[in-house]
Amino acid sequence: MPADATTTLSLPKSPTGIDGFDDITLGGLPTGRPSLVCGAAGCGKTLFATTFLVNGATLYDEPGVFISFEERAGDLVANVASLGFDLEQLIANRKLAIDHVRVERSEIEENGEYDLEGLFIRIGFAVDQIGAKRVVLDTIETLFAGFTDQSILRAELRRLFGWLKDRGLTTIITGERGDGQLTRQGLEEYVSDCVILLDNRVLDQITTRRLRVVKYRGSAHGTNEYPFLIDRDGITVLPLTSSGRDGRVSGEIVSTGIPGVDAMLGRGGFFHGSSVLLSGVAGTGKTTFAAQFVDAACRRGERCMFFAFEESAAEICRNALSVGLDLTQHITSGLLRFEAARPNLYGLEMHLARMHRDLDAFKPDAVVIDPISAFRGPITEVHATLLRMIDLLKARGITGFCTSLSADGSLVDGTDIGLSSLMDVWIRLTDVEANGERNRTLYVIKSRGMSHSNQVREYQITNYGVALIDVYIGAEGVLTGSARLAQEAREKAASRRRQQAIDRRRREIARRRATIERQIAELRASLQLEEDDAALLIAEDDSHEEILISDSAAMAVRRGAAE
Amino acid sequence: MTDVEFDPEYYQLRLYVAGQTAKSLAAVTNLRRVCEEHLAGRYEISVIDLLQNPQMAASDQILAIPTLVRRLPEPLKRIIGDLSNLQKVLVGLDISPRSAPP
Repeated sequence: MPADATTTLSLPKSPTGIDGFDDITLGGLPTGRPSLVCGAAGCGKTLFATTFLVNGATLYDEPGVFISFEERAGDLVANVASLGFDLEQLIANRKLAIDHVRVERSEIEENGEYDLEGLFIRIGFAVDQIGAKRVVLDTIETLFAGFTDQSILRAELRRLFGWLKDRGLTTIITGERGDGQLTRQGLEEYVSDCVILLDNRVLDQITTRRLRVVKYRGSAHGTNEYPFLIDRDGITVLPLTSSGRDGRVSGEIVSTGIPGVDAMLGRGGFFHGSSVLLSGVAGTGKTTFAAQFVDAACRRGERCMFFAFEESAAEICRNALSVGLDLTQHITSGLLRFEAARPNLYGLEMHLARMHRDLDAFKPDAVVIDPISAFRGPITEVHATLLRMIDLLKARGITGFCTSLSADGSLVDGTDIGLSSLMDVWIRLTDVEANGERNRTLYVIKSRGMSHSNQVREYQITNYGVALIDVYIGAEGVLTGSARLAQEAREKAASRRRQQAIDRRRREIARRRATIERQIAELRASLQLEEDDAALLIAEDDSHEEILISDSAAMAVRRGAAE
Repeated sequence: MTDVEFDPEYYQLRLYVAGQTAKSLAAVTNLRRVCEEHLAGRYEISVIDLLQNPQMAASDQILAIPTLVRRLPEPLKRIIGDLSNLQKVLVGLDISPRSAPP
């Protein structure tokens, strides 16, 4: 958080060590001053205060004194043991002192003037014993039930807070939330430096814990209500809105896990750290797409986190196996972690809070949220939550793959509109219903920072994952399913017919050629015959001529002789 | 002494004060007067200054100053304040009924 350095410097602060809280308050509670932590019963005041002391003792070398007006020391030790706080050890190491101040009205009778010097002495003694820097008074309002003379009590409390301040003790005073004011007895009048309000609100049967810094004299602080968690890891406050939009920007490309879809995106996948929305109607295979994405990421050796809100991890793994994806191996290798929870298990803030903590613990490269449409509630709240969810991922440079169930086949619905501006890539899965069948198609609506295919592509979910089928564009648009098959068959038949016609013509020509050639041969033969005959006649004529000549010569000779 | 401690009429009282404040001194004076008048010979008072023994504030659950604790007879009773109302002190310590035998 870009804290005011000057503010932080001018007012010394004592870190509470509570995740997130020190961010909101830019350093913690005001050092050497009393702070009021108020809230209704069961909202975590005592735990907040205990965490402040334990962290002080263990992390910051500031021993603390716990003055309990409600719980006995033993109960307190037992109550926080489940959070891993070993108070007994801290007490043994003189890092912590617990004093249970028992106020039993029935045992006390008032007679004349008195003051609360005894309480001062007790606190002072406990502080001096261990050199404490931090003090918790939990819940000092119990005193109001123990004493009848309220004016004395109020004067003494004012004196007590002043005394704590004079001694430079960083103090938490807890107070029960009252009607119309922060605490039942108006303690906020006396503690004016820092007031923190804890709240435990139930809306639609879902409880969300929230924390707000009501005032913090002399310091800037986050003013919003911040959700906080109490679980096995103690208190975590989530300054979610503080996450700025200055996340790392990456030019690296991650595959969608489906070669066909990669090819539809200009750079062959999503940018690393981008947010992807995959919306579609029921049964279009959104979770399967997500499983493919996760499988591909894990195969690249990236860490993936799968927030499943509709199915359990085991179900998703089993179902993925049917399309040839073995996700269990990635879980075993530690690259994949499932966090399955019903959407209505917690409030929206709580989901966000858990996600926040899980992300920081697991540090994934990619996250799947399946589906974001599972979050129900007032539309503005859902939208704000999703916005922060995306911000959460973006700020950490995590690729976010969100699926969303569209109510019907309409192009855009309520949740999508709000989300689309947040999303870098939006792929839509649809059902095309025609010829008595439903076929699945997908198209890329947007893909920031890269070109993308404008085509509507048909895909099938096969035993080996999602497979895109080659585009088939007919006279009436893109054909899918059996219409595509029929059209393909028709085209095949036509082409076969054409081929046959060509073949027939070829055969005819060949036949005619053969016929003509035969005629040519015959003519040649008869010509030859005639030529032969002619030659014979010529030869005969020639020999006849010669005979005539020789005959005449002979006759001449004979005539000559005779003459 | 042992007998005395088990005497149901024996009063063991502790008065917690913090330094010589006006309220503390008034409480000591008032207490002594009540005891002398009504419990002569069967009481003991120990005045504890918490400034000297601060650890006793926690162990004896003392908040207000001055605090008078009746340790005996049982049950334990606490009266806070400077004991300016003597009649109330008698009631508070359950002295009145027994101190007025026929």
